[in-house]
Formats: sequence, structure tokens, C-alpha cells
Amino acid sequence: MKRKAILRVTSKLLIPLIMLFALYVQFHGDFGPGGGFQAGVIFASAFILYALLFGVANARRVAPAGVVRAGLAFGVLLYAGVGVAALLLGGNYLDYSVLAHDPVHGQELGISLIEFGVGTTVASAMITIFFIFAGQDPEIGRGER
Amino acid sequence: MISVHLPVLQVVVPLMAAPTCMILRNGKAAWVLALVITWAAFAVALSLLLQVIHGGPISYAIGGWAAPWGIEYRVDMLNAFVLVIVTSIGSLVVPFARASVEREVASDRIYLFYTMYLLCLAGLLGITITGDAFNLFVFLEISSLSSYVLISLGRDRRALTASFRYLIMGTIGATFYIIGVGMMYMATGTLNMADLAARLPAMADSRTVHMALAFLTVGISLKLALFPLHLWLPNAYAFAPTAVTVFLAATATKVAVYVMIRIVYTVFGGPAIFEQVPIDKVLMGLGMLSMIGASLVAVFQDNVKRLLAYSSLSQIGYMILGLSLANVTGLAGGIVHIFNHAMMKGALFMAMGCIFYRVGSVQIDALAGLGRRMPFTMAGVVVGGLSLVGAPLTVGFVSKWYLIQGALDRGLWPVALVILVSGLLALVYVWRIVEAAYFRPSPDGASEIQEAPLSMLIPLGVLSVTCIVFGIDATATMDVAFAAARALIGGAP
Amino acid sequence: MDVPGLYNYWIVVVLMMIGFYVVIAQGNLVKKIFGLNIFQVGVFVFYISMGKVDGGTAPILEEGFKVYTNPIPSVLILTAIVVGIATMALGLALVVRIREAYGTIEEDEIEKQEGEVP
Repeated sequence: MKRKAILRVTSKLLIPLIMLFALYVQFHGDFGPGGGFQAGVIFASAFILYALLFGVANARRVAPAGVVRAGLAFGVLLYAGVGVAALLLGGNYLDYSVLAHDPVHGQELGISLIEFGVGTTVASAMITIFFIFAGQDPEIGRGER
Repeated sequence: MISVHLPVLQVVVPLMAAPTCMILRNGKAAWVLALVITWAAFAVALSLLLQVIHGGPISYAIGGWAAPWGIEYRVDMLNAFVLVIVTSIGSLVVPFARASVEREVASDRIYLFYTMYLLCLAGLLGITITGDAFNLFVFLEISSLSSYVLISLGRDRRALTASFRYLIMGTIGATFYIIGVGMMYMATGTLNMADLAARLPAMADSRTVHMALAFLTVGISLKLALFPLHLWLPNAYAFAPTAVTVFLAATATKVAVYVMIRIVYTVFGGPAIFEQVPIDKVLMGLGMLSMIGASLVAVFQDNVKRLLAYSSLSQIGYMILGLSLANVTGLAGGIVHIFNHAMMKGALFMAMGCIFYRVGSVQIDALAGLGRRMPFTMAGVVVGGLSLVGAPLTVGFVSKWYLIQGALDRGLWPVALVILVSGLLALVYVWRIVEAAYFRPSPDGASEIQEAPLSMLIPLGVLSVTCIVFGIDATATMDVAFAAARALIGGAP
Repeated sequence: MDVPGLYNYWIVVVLMMIGFYVVIAQGNLVKKIFGLNIFQVGVFVFYISMGKVDGGTAPILEEGFKVYTNPIPSVLILTAIVVGIATMALGLALVVRIREAYGTIEEDEIEKQEGEVP
């Protein structure tokens, strides 16, 4: 019917844009409002929109449980790993100044990396939470008919 | 090179091991990783304590940013002592948990158990070691959230409601803490504890500072389970898996006592602030109410884990009483009781875990005749029970001695009387357990009950022996406790 | 007392009291969680309004601006918001499990069911 056609076409146009916007927010956290947490939530909202329209089973094929769980762990390990890398390069924990050839670039690199870790973990966490909650209710599970 | 970075490694190593456990998916592999990591953390804590004893307080700047602007990890005597306590219990619970968790947690969730366990440990260690008030909130929430999950893993469905109630009350407590920190930030402009300690005396008259102390005390009291904010503790300890109860009973509330000591004595300058805001009288009154009231309720419990949970509430009253006495002896008594209670309660709850493993129930009636069938386990119970009462040659006696001495130094002999009375009440409920185990005949059909597996008995044995060893010769613990108390009451670290 | 000038603190107090009341008085577990959230939002507003500097612009480096509001409270609240969301997610997951186990999410009915078991 018409309502479903509108939803499906619009979402297929919007979901890539949402993801792109999430990446923009992620990497412009240095210069404007943004950063890891906000970007992660926006990125996850693309997946949630897809799951609402096409059903959790279909969404699971796009974001399999194993990949999402790996994303959860990867983000935390990246954040802590940047700190350990700073330790190994001679500074204190999470001292970004030692990460590159001069302190300013080091700070930029460090912040970008840890924010990326935060974004990955937050996106994976939001996706996991939504899929688990939505998988409970058979209505949401099937998606729009 | 590593020894310089030990303060941060203490927290980072368990924190990185937790997601690794989650990737591992396998229960056995997760257990091995948890074992290695907790023993490494214990080694780090011991070396930190030795560094502080020989060299004085250690300061570590995270990210290379110097103290008032950056987050600083600061280890002094009190810190290092609590770190050793938390990591020692953390490393003893993991071998104990191997058999106990298989019995009490669904097998496809065991790797998640160890993930949450390592996160909780990392959070507690972070609370203890940090020198920044807001960083403490972050770690407080990390440890609290993971302990809510740990508690909800119990098989009984009441574990879920217990965990939910703990979640609500714990979050309110953390929010009150954060309101207090916000008020302190508003008054002084800094979040670093040492810097706050330097700036707060100038503002000691302002109402913002008084309200900050009030909010902080209420918030931390919720985490401490001080009467009347204790309602979450009995159910949470009773229905959680036993390994979780051992860990939380021996560490989580102790770390909250540490936070209270740190806030009241280091940040607010201890005895000086008591004239403005009579926190010491309030804490003394509530501590005494905890001691007597919780012991009375414990006498009437039939579920032994719940009985021990109420007993924990009364022991926390002892620690808060020591804190409120505001003299070196009383404070040292409270600090050493952190160690002693961790050992006592750890041993008692581990024994309960052994009993649950073999018998399948922790009601008092189920303990009938176990004195003959599970001799080592019940020996552990007897040692722990004697400690609770405060019998000489056990650790419980040491802390009671110094608390009574601290009370008498201030001329408060009614307080000393209350300490003695609550020891007698402890005798009543310990006698109930001992009487059921040794003086009642075994029920029929109980012939197949044997002693608990060795992996559970050895940690229990270690804790029981510690109770006796540090009760006979308490110089090591008392030296550290007195040094910590002197550093606190003498002024900022 | 400068009542109109302190309007942000009045809003904070009202939000906190509403949230706290909902946590204590409501029997439905989901409503309790949302009350907790409202309580925390009150605290967030407290911090952020505390950081505002008169005549300061948003704490993002821009050409031509000299006075910025204090960025630290905003950063602290970012962390606190994330913690609040994690707590809410955990609480709601617990409520789902409680509903599976007890069949209800009203606190008084749960207590009645618990009272029957020793």
C-alpha cells in the first residue's frame, strides 16, 4: 500500500545520509559540537530505523550479533590501547603528545583515535540494546507489513 | 619503567581484560584470564603499598597534564591499604568462583560473569586510587552498574528485584554525590581532591560548602548501606550468586567507607569542619543504630546469607563509628576494621558458598549436622563467627579494642558500651549457626554430602587463617592503619 | 534573595523534586526508572547553568570571541549523561526480565508474590 511504499523509499534514501552525518559528527568533534558519543548514537539510529521498518530479522543480517559484539569490545580496547601506546612511547598514560612527531599532531591523533573508539562502542551498544529489546516483542520483530 | 606507571596499570589491566573476556565467549578461558589478571592486580597493589611505605605518597598525572587541571591518581597509606584489601579479595574469589559459579549461574553466561567481575574490580580499584572527585563518580558508576548485573545473575527470581532496588537506590546515591561535587566545584573551581583540601578552609563558612558536605554524606551513605539507607543490601546479598556476595560484601561497601573517610578527612579537613556541620555526631548516632539494630534483626533471620548480610550492616556501623570519633585511635580502629571485616565476611560467605554447593540451600535448618560432614567448611564458619563476636586471638578483637579505646579517649563510655553490647548480639546469631551445624543430628538422606571441592576450600582456608594470623599479631595492619590515620588527622596528605 | 536572577536553581529544584517523587511514589517499575532520569536531568541543568559566564559564547574556539563559557561542566555532564543512559538501559533490561519472571511490573503485586515464598 502507499504508506509502506513511502516509508520504504524514504528510508532507503535517508539511511545512508544518517550514517554519513554520523561520521561527520564523529570527526568534527574537534571543531564543533560532536564527538564519539553523539556520533555513535546517530549511527545506531540508522540501524534502528531499518529494524523498525524491515524487521529485526532482516536487520540482524546487516548487523550480525558477532560483529556487533566485536565492535563493543573493539572500541574499549582501542581507547585503552591508545593509552598503553602512549605508555610504551615514553609518556604517561593517555599522554597524546608523544604519539606523533610533535605534540600538536599527537594530540589530534590521540583524540581522533579515542573518539573513534568511543563512537564504535556506543553505536554497537545502542544497536545491541535495541535489538535485544525489540526481539522480545513480536510486533516490532516483524517490522512494517 | 613499569614501576613508575603502576598506579595507572592497577586500573587499566582489569579494565582491558574485561572486553577481552567478552570476546573469548568460553567460560573456562574467561576464568583463566580472570585468574591471571586478578593475581597481577594483587601484585601491583602490594608493590604500590611497599612503595608508599618506603617513599611516601605517590602522585601520577594522567595524560601528562599536571595536577589541578588534569586527573591525578594519588596513592597514600590509606589508599594503598584499601587497594591491597580489594585486590586480595578479588584474587581469592576467582579460584573460589570456578566451582561455585558453575553451580549458580547459567552456563552460557559464565563468560559474561567474568567480564562484569573484572569491570567491577576495575571500578573499585579506580575509586580507591583516583585523586579527582569527578573521576571517582565515573568509577563509582562503573563498579555499581557491573555489580547490578552481577547480582541479577542469581538463579532465584528475587535476585532480579533485589538488583533493581539496588539500581534505584545506588543511582540516587551517585546522583547525590554528584550534586555535592557540583557544589564544591561551584565554590572553589577545582575538582582535584588535594586542591579542594587547600581551598575549602577559606570557604568553610559558606552555606554552599555545608550543603555540599551534606549531599556527599547522604550519597555515600546510600552506597555504604548506613542505617536508614540500607534497604537494598540484605536482599542483594542474599539472592546474588555466592561468589558475587563474597566479592561485594568484602569490597564494595568498604570502598564506600574509604570514600567517606577521604571526603570527610582529606577534602573537608576532618575535625575542623565538624564544628560547622555536626557530621560526626550524626554519623556516630547512625553508626550505633546500625550496630545494634542490624544485629537484632540478624538474630531472627532464617536464611543464613541474609543473616550475614544484616551482620555486615552492623559491622559497617563499627567502621562509621570509628570514622566519627575524630581521633587517631578511633580512626585507625575503623580503618583496620575495613581489613578485618573483609577477611571475616569473605571467609563466612565463602563457607556459605561451599554449603550451597553441596547442600543446595542456605536456610538454617539445612545446616543441621554439617559440623561432622563438612568439617573444614564449618571450621571456617567458626573462625569467622568468633571474629564477628570479637573473641581474643581473632581479627575482630583487634578492631573492637582500638574502637573502644578511641571512644574512651574522648570520654564517650556509652559508645564503648554499645560496642560491647553489639558484640554480644553477634554472639547470639553466631551461636544459632554453630548450634545448628554441630548440635543437631543430620537429616535422613544426607549421607551423600561431602566436603566442598578443594578449589573452594583453599581460598576459604586462606581467609580463615588470615583472620587468626592477623588477630594474634596485628602489628603489620595496625602500623599501616595508624600511619594512615595520622596522615589524615594531621591534615591534607 | 535575588529570586528572579536565580531562576535556573528554582528549575533545578523543581525537576529534582518531581523526579525524586516519581521514584518514591510510583509503583510501576518503568515509571520509577523515568523518575530517576528526570532527577538526573535536574542535576545536569544544575551543572550546565553553573558554568555559564555572563557575556560568554559557546565553548568552541572561534575568531573574534574572547569570552567563552566554562567548558568543564559541559564535559562533566556529557559523561554523566552517558552514565544515566547506561543505567536506564540496565534498569529497563531488568524490568523486562522481572516481567518474564513475575508476570507483572507493579511493585505491590511483585511484593505480594515474593511474600508467599519463604
